[in-house]
Amino acid sequence: MVEFTEASVRADVRAWLEANWSPDLGLVEWRNKLIDSGWGVPTWPSAWFGMGLPARLVPVVEEEFQRIGAISVARTGIRRLAAATLLEHGTDWQKQKWLRRSLTGEDTWCQLFSEPGSGSDLAGAMTRAEMRGNRWVVNGQKVWTTSAHHADWGLLLARTDWDLPKHQGLSYFVIDMHQPGVQVHPLKQMNGHASFNQVFFTDAEVPPEHLVLDVGRGWAVATTTLMHERRDADGIRTWGQGSRGNGRVYDEERAETATVMEPYKWYPQRAGRIDLVVQRAKETGAINDPAVRQDIARLLTLSKSAEWTARRARAAQLQGKPQGPEGSLGKLASSNVARMAARVHTMITGADAMLSGADAPMEGTIAEILVSVPAGSIAGGTDEIQRNIISERVLGMPKEPRTDNDRPFRDVPKNLVVG
Amino acid sequence: MQFTFTEEQEEFRSVLRRFLEDKSPPSAVRKLMETEAGWDRAAWRDLNQQLGLTGVHIPEIYGGQGFGFVELGIVLEEMGRALLCAPYFGTVALAATAIMNAATDVQKRDLLPAIADGDVVATFAFTEPNGRWDASGVATTATPAGTSWKLDGVKSFVVDGHTADLLIVLARRPGSTGEDGLSFFAVRGDASGLTRRPLTVLDPTRKLARVELGGVEATLLGAEGAGAAPFARTLTQAAVCLANEMVGGAERLRASALDYAQMRVQFGRSIASFQSMKHKQADMLLEVELAKSAAYVAASAAAEDDPELPAIASLAKAAASEAYMQTAIHTIQIHGGIGFTWDNDTHLWFKRAKASEVFLGGPDYHREKMMQVWGAE
Repeated sequence: MVEFTEASVRADVRAWLEANWSPDLGLVEWRNKLIDSGWGVPTWPSAWFGMGLPARLVPVVEEEFQRIGAISVARTGIRRLAAATLLEHGTDWQKQKWLRRSLTGEDTWCQLFSEPGSGSDLAGAMTRAEMRGNRWVVNGQKVWTTSAHHADWGLLLARTDWDLPKHQGLSYFVIDMHQPGVQVHPLKQMNGHASFNQVFFTDAEVPPEHLVLDVGRGWAVATTTLMHERRDADGIRTWGQGSRGNGRVYDEERAETATVMEPYKWYPQRAGRIDLVVQRAKETGAINDPAVRQDIARLLTLSKSAEWTARRARAAQLQGKPQGPEGSLGKLASSNVARMAARVHTMITGADAMLSGADAPMEGTIAEILVSVPAGSIAGGTDEIQRNIISERVLGMPKEPRTDNDRPFRDVPKNLVVG
Repeated sequence: MQFTFTEEQEEFRSVLRRFLEDKSPPSAVRKLMETEAGWDRAAWRDLNQQLGLTGVHIPEIYGGQGFGFVELGIVLEEMGRALLCAPYFGTVALAATAIMNAATDVQKRDLLPAIADGDVVATFAFTEPNGRWDASGVATTATPAGTSWKLDGVKSFVVDGHTADLLIVLARRPGSTGEDGLSFFAVRGDASGLTRRPLTVLDPTRKLARVELGGVEATLLGAEGAGAAPFARTLTQAAVCLANEMVGGAERLRASALDYAQMRVQFGRSIASFQSMKHKQADMLLEVELAKSAAYVAASAAAEDDPELPAIASLAKAAASEAYMQTAIHTIQIHGGIGFTWDNDTHLWFKRAKASEVFLGGPDYHREKMMQVWGAE
């Protein structure tokens, strides 16, 4: 068993990078080398492209990648969630088929969880998968699906049993998005963008070997995916972000990132653009208004405290300390920050806050903040759900009374979903 | 900037917490708060002999432990949690800090060792009846008298001012205004011409005094007229100390509110099972944790003398003020009628929260101070 030390890891990864990294390689070619070396996903088991590196030494590897400007494996979009989920629950066949191509970025993924009838109540999914002959046949609808329009594969949570209680009737599949039974349509938002999709399944097909874990075990697998999604949202990621370099590999990585990130140009505005507040207040003269000064200071207090809280959580995690409450508060904190930021921007902007687009301040960037912020307290777990989770899991308060998980799902009141 | 405590610091906190649980249970708080002095000399000696706390941030060359503001922050947080009735804040966070910022090396050697040993209880008298926290609030004058000085004026809101052995006093050259002409002075508690009386306070766990100076003999500390910068620095560092003390109290209240909700039954179930209660508790946890982060970062910034310390200190004080007060209000509410009684302990911390909200400048004051740095042209 290899004994990892900070010094040995640093020396080893540095030596390997110096010998193997070149910006003139193709992206997929480079990533395959990286994957085979174990440095692509070092914390993974050595049986699957890793070397069993302890999490606390990951920053050392990150630093070395940054130092030399090396690109890492594909980590954008749903690929990371797919890889993590399959690593934990997939069969060897599934790992063989999908892990490498997800890490090289050749395969793209989408997550098919939310439905019009089940948002916060994710386990209430009603998209059905029925075994007909030798394959699963899927009918139903998913919504708020990121990247579906260019995804090769989807992580599908579907109902396979209506007589068992809710959670027990769910199964998890990998579905081929390129088939006639899968139709993807963009979903227009109040801020004018269409970053997500509705996905309609009409007799879409899934081979039996694409079932992840067993029939009826879908919720356990989905929980893994969600846990990784939450971790990504809370954390501070700097992993292998290629420097603005010249070379084929950088060009290809930038193109890959651009494709994935294109629908999210508005996300900084959703977060409130605290970075603009003081500058805008100075430009408009609002900086001299005592009420505005107080509210800007409140906003800076909230936003910096939230950032420092995330750093405390990260520092504790890196030291292997047990996770305190500070690790579970990030999403709720960010939501509060964004909402306060929208208020402060409105105060600063005055009547111009009634404008949008070309006539509006900063070509509409401020307006975009005002109509994008509502998403932050809803997407990825609403504030209300966050408070339930915090009160139950962190504070140990009693769970909500349930009336829906002790009887056949068929008998549970549901939303009426057309089609 | 450190975002996590070392093992040694965690161990230190742990030992201190157990010590204070033993020495300062609510019964001890209630007993001491009823006395005029508000503290007990034997208990004070005990505190310092066992753990050397008064010397925590005093350099070793001056007889102290040689630690910094992070360790001092830990001590204050635990004292705030226990609502310790002792002249620690005045002696250590205020007076010792003032001496360290304003006095000459010789003067530090003269004054600090006795403070570090716990033999001399001290305080810093700077505010006056006008209630201002800045230089322009100082009207007390200092006039030369032979080899020493005479002070005339009135100080108010002086922490433990009526029992301190030593008072560090901020006064100005007659005719000077604003930040000009300010100097620090050392005054003996038993000096002739000094009249001090305890004020009737809202928070009986932190005694404040009115101190009248009628030609009181004083020793100049540091350079005459150069007091503005050390004063600002002292108040910045004191704000950091207070913020850390406050988050200790806020966390104590928050945990007590949770315990009560889990225990109290109404309508056949614990009130903790009602969603409005769950959500309120989640919000309280968020607010307190954010304030803690700010207090810890401010302590780290003070330890490293970060150039942004003045703004960060004000941020931490403002955050702590809002968090402690809101938590106190929620905790009374969560307890229902019983929370409003004298016998329930909540009001003791509530009153400390209220006094601390205001002490060294309220949240509005500190938010404006933040903007003077971060909103400057």
